[in-house]
Amino acid sequence: MLVSTKWLNEYVNIKGIKPEDLAERITRSGIEVDSIIDRSHGMTNVVVGYVKECVKHPEADKLNICQVDVGEETTQIICGAPNVAQGQKVIVARPGAVLPGGMKIKKAKLRGEESNGMICSLQELGIEGKLVAKAYAEGIYVLPQDTIPGENALPLLGLDDTVLEFDLTPNRSDALSMLGVAYEVGAILSQGIALPKIEYKESEEKAEDVLKLRVDATTDNPMYVAKVVKNIKVAESPLWLQNYLMAAGVRPHNNVVDITNYVLMEYGQPLHAFDYDRLETGEIVVRHAEEGEMITTLDDVERKLNQHNLVITNGSEPVAIAGVMGGANSEVHDGTTTVVIESAYFAPSSVRRTSKEVGLRSDASTRFEKGVDPNRVQEAAERAAQLMAELAGGEVLSGSVTFDELDKTAERITISPDYINNRLGMKISMDDMLAILERLRIPTEAVNGQLVIDAPTRRQDLKIKEDIIEEIARMYGYDEIPKTLPVSESTPGGLTPYQAKRRIVRQYLEGAGLYQAITYSLTSKEHAQEYALETAPVTQLLMPMSEDRSTLRQSLIPHLLEATTYNVARRIDSVALYETGSVFLGEEEDGLPREVEHVAAVLTGKWVDHAWQGETKKVDFFVAKGIVEGMMERLGLAEGLSFEKASITGMHPGRTANILLKGERIGLIGQIHPTEQKKRDLKETYVMELNLEHILSVDTEELLYSPVPRFPSISRDIALVVESETSAGILETIIRQAGGKLLKDVKLFDLYEGENVENGKKSLAFSLTYFDPERTLTDEEVVKAHEKVLKALTVEADAQLRG
Amino acid sequence: MEQQLQLLKEEALKKIQDASTVKELNDVRVAYLGKKGPITDLLKGMGKLPAEERPKMGALVNVVREAVTESLETRMTLLEEEAINVQLEKEAIDVTLPGRPIQTGNHHPLTRVVEEIEDFFISMGYEIAEGPEVEKDYYNFEALNLPKGHPARDMQDSFYISEEVLLRTHTSPVQARTMEAKGGEAIKIICPGKVYRRDNDDATHSHQFTQIEGLVVGENIKMSDLKGTLDLFAKKMFGAEREIRLRPSFFPFTEPSVEMDISCFKCGGDGCNVCKKTGWIEILGAGMVHPNVLRMAGYDPSAVTGFAFGMGPERIAMLKYGVEDIRHFYTNDIRFISQFHRSEA
Ligand SMILES: [Zn+2]
Repeated sequence: MLVSTKWLNEYVNIKGIKPEDLAERITRSGIEVDSIIDRSHGMTNVVVGYVKECVKHPEADKLNICQVDVGEETTQIICGAPNVAQGQKVIVARPGAVLPGGMKIKKAKLRGEESNGMICSLQELGIEGKLVAKAYAEGIYVLPQDTIPGENALPLLGLDDTVLEFDLTPNRSDALSMLGVAYEVGAILSQGIALPKIEYKESEEKAEDVLKLRVDATTDNPMYVAKVVKNIKVAESPLWLQNYLMAAGVRPHNNVVDITNYVLMEYGQPLHAFDYDRLETGEIVVRHAEEGEMITTLDDVERKLNQHNLVITNGSEPVAIAGVMGGANSEVHDGTTTVVIESAYFAPSSVRRTSKEVGLRSDASTRFEKGVDPNRVQEAAERAAQLMAELAGGEVLSGSVTFDELDKTAERITISPDYINNRLGMKISMDDMLAILERLRIPTEAVNGQLVIDAPTRRQDLKIKEDIIEEIARMYGYDEIPKTLPVSESTPGGLTPYQAKRRIVRQYLEGAGLYQAITYSLTSKEHAQEYALETAPVTQLLMPMSEDRSTLRQSLIPHLLEATTYNVARRIDSVALYETGSVFLGEEEDGLPREVEHVAAVLTGKWVDHAWQGETKKVDFFVAKGIVEGMMERLGLAEGLSFEKASITGMHPGRTANILLKGERIGLIGQIHPTEQKKRDLKETYVMELNLEHILSVDTEELLYSPVPRFPSISRDIALVVESETSAGILETIIRQAGGKLLKDVKLFDLYEGENVENGKKSLAFSLTYFDPERTLTDEEVVKAHEKVLKALTVEADAQLRG
Repeated sequence: MEQQLQLLKEEALKKIQDASTVKELNDVRVAYLGKKGPITDLLKGMGKLPAEERPKMGALVNVVREAVTESLETRMTLLEEEAINVQLEKEAIDVTLPGRPIQTGNHHPLTRVVEEIEDFFISMGYEIAEGPEVEKDYYNFEALNLPKGHPARDMQDSFYISEEVLLRTHTSPVQARTMEAKGGEAIKIICPGKVYRRDNDDATHSHQFTQIEGLVVGENIKMSDLKGTLDLFAKKMFGAEREIRLRPSFFPFTEPSVEMDISCFKCGGDGCNVCKKTGWIEILGAGMVHPNVLRMAGYDPSAVTGFAFGMGPERIAMLKYGVEDIRHFYTNDIRFISQFHRSEA
């Protein structure tokens, strides 16, 4: 909402208050003023000129040499506008003027002819092109003949004005009108306001004698008022009216249309003017459209309607989409003489739906959508009739043609001062409360210590006690509210075990060298299921903004890879990122997809980078695996963790494993398939993804200390040769099973394939630690246990022992 | 014999002084004090002396032996020290060479901000509540006093999955769910999480972003409690000198509703580019829980009241760290994330 302070001053006296101060007070008490626009842009030396003579420039087709009376002198100005002509009153920027946008006007020569200033268009004075009346959109602006050469043009054009731009919250639709703003500012300044006086002469002829009205859709249109004005002379509006409209962001058209727009801005009640003769039938019928019915709207677009769109018809065909836009067939034009003024209450939901469907939002529809004041529908029609009589020479037929089933009663709210004070934590006296409500012009009576309030219908946002609390608080001032803390039984607060463990996972991964990433949950349908741990239907948006963000992800890996590509492309060769976040699986009975929190990581490039001491190491499978093992160990889940070779789409077939916890698959780990790597411009890249929710929800044993060993342990090494396919994991399992309870630890310390080892075989060496917490082991005991291990390896793994 | 002894002593002391390495000196020790050395020989020869001279000679030999031993030890200490010095000199390194890096990552800046906020409210006795990102229209809108067709729904154009299911547009549905689950009990929670709106991504908009909302419900919760809580929060997050101010605003789920500004932490309120010359920076929205919201969750608005607040970690991170473009939070450029490595007390 654009509020001209010049216009506002007609209703509430704000002279002498700096716009900045006014804006600040309005903002602090409830409506945010987004910006303050000085319409003069600091211009000077812009005056009225009279074009005494206008001839073509001999050297240039498109230029005119004008002799212009600018009051103190007649001076020559070259003008290139196509519409300049002798006898016009025009706007002249004299030498020394600085126009908005920084153009400085100087004396100049144009093709050999002197030019002492510039004849201006409105655009050149800082008015947006879309607000300039069509007649002047392509050229200079022509002033009314009664202006005086030399006169300052800025006040004439209403440019000696400051406009406040309101950022209105949806509840304050009352401030979508100048009168609403006047009420608010009046309350803030503790001042009275001057409402428009509506007086005009009615003719003897009755409106209802020339116009019939029928409303068929009474729910969507509970009130319809039509007035008829005859003998209208359609012309340009007076300058002051055009100026106000332009300040409010509305383009002037002609006096009839401008008056409806003016009243819309003044009262917040949208009006429409029909050409009575073009209606043809002398009848208005409000009904729902028929499916597929067509209308060509004022913007010359043909629109197809459906059954819930409310339309105004002439009894046979639509002449307007109710509350949204008029039809071209009944539009007021230069030759119009009789006008029907429509002022109605259209149900907000109906207008909102229709406006959305036909894709039209107008000053009218935005007001109807929020609910106009039921008590202004009639008054706004009267106001328009008055202005048409005053400004368009119209003759207003007596009375209105009305349909009215609209509830116009005020909401009664009864509230005690204690209730207000208890909710605010303040001690405002009843008298102060009454004074505030009085300033807001909210009719209130004090009855038995209670405030009995009849909330005015112009304030649709006042419905319940809390709304009144807000009115009191905002006018009293939020600065006056003390600072206290909730008094309640003290709660310990804190993280749930799950949340605490999630933080541990993050800290662990960061300690291990990974940076935390946060990627988007939405991806393309094509990529949504890549690397997913579970097979489930995808969850898609009804109306995505793009195909790339149309579907919810089922794995964190694709976007982490995308982030890796992004970094690698910027010459960051080593990337280590992790993310914790939800994946979205199919549709559950409850109607919502199952959201499972996962943790994933991506690694590429160097893992250790300390070249000058010869320590550099590329990321490999075992770096990634070590991170998983360390994380699980930190969570107390090392036992029961295992890895089994796996074949997964998009992964390297020989370097990928499923991660299992107590035999259940909880994740995947491995290298990205080289073809995928190439597609993504990546080198050797490893990823892992685990079901975090599963991991963090496992109950772990309580941490208990076990005594620090008092007796020495004994180590024995085993070197053996096995078939290449025999996995180290199997060997370790055999060793552990055979070793019995004395065997405390098994560690692989050598792995060799190649020279000196038979083809198809490999050599491994393990170090075994034997230990008994109760006593020192004897050699015989260790030998006995160790021999069992050796035998088991020979029998179960066909291992040849070496050395 | 006395003379012989004296000569021996002088000879030994000279050799001690001449020894230039520990090894040479050890040779001298063996030569003079060893079992086959001249002093031992002398002591062995004492038996030939008359009995009355023996004590005197014995004492004399001991004196010489002690003198030699003492000189040896002194010399030994010196030579050992020299040897160590030589060794140490050999071992010297260039201490300006780079150390072996301990490579660690760090929190994403948003997590850093979120955890800081979480920790503050935990210290105030709050719990952290979480909920689904794909939410029912009921919890996202209706339970929050935004019935179908409510004009304020325009404020948050949403990603719908179906008529009744959408990506949550704020974390408030977690509040509605928590209230419903608590069935009338007092509540003190904050709800952090990802939210989604139908916005084109640009410097100030992101279709996915994070939010933290707070909710306190109980008997006698007042607007002044909200103000006191937010004041402490502002001082914790933005510095002890911060002042707050509340401005009236509108949210469908609170009444009255306010926006909270803090005095600018850059200029202290004088006006600068961070606060757009106003001295104040808008940080969050808040208000008293709307009675309809309480009622819908099964609370009796005449018996209990509550306050709620909501803020955007992106905005806070942008303000705190001077980040100019919200997209930085989602490109995951390591050169960006790694700037938040250092800890701040
Ligand atoms: Zn500042």
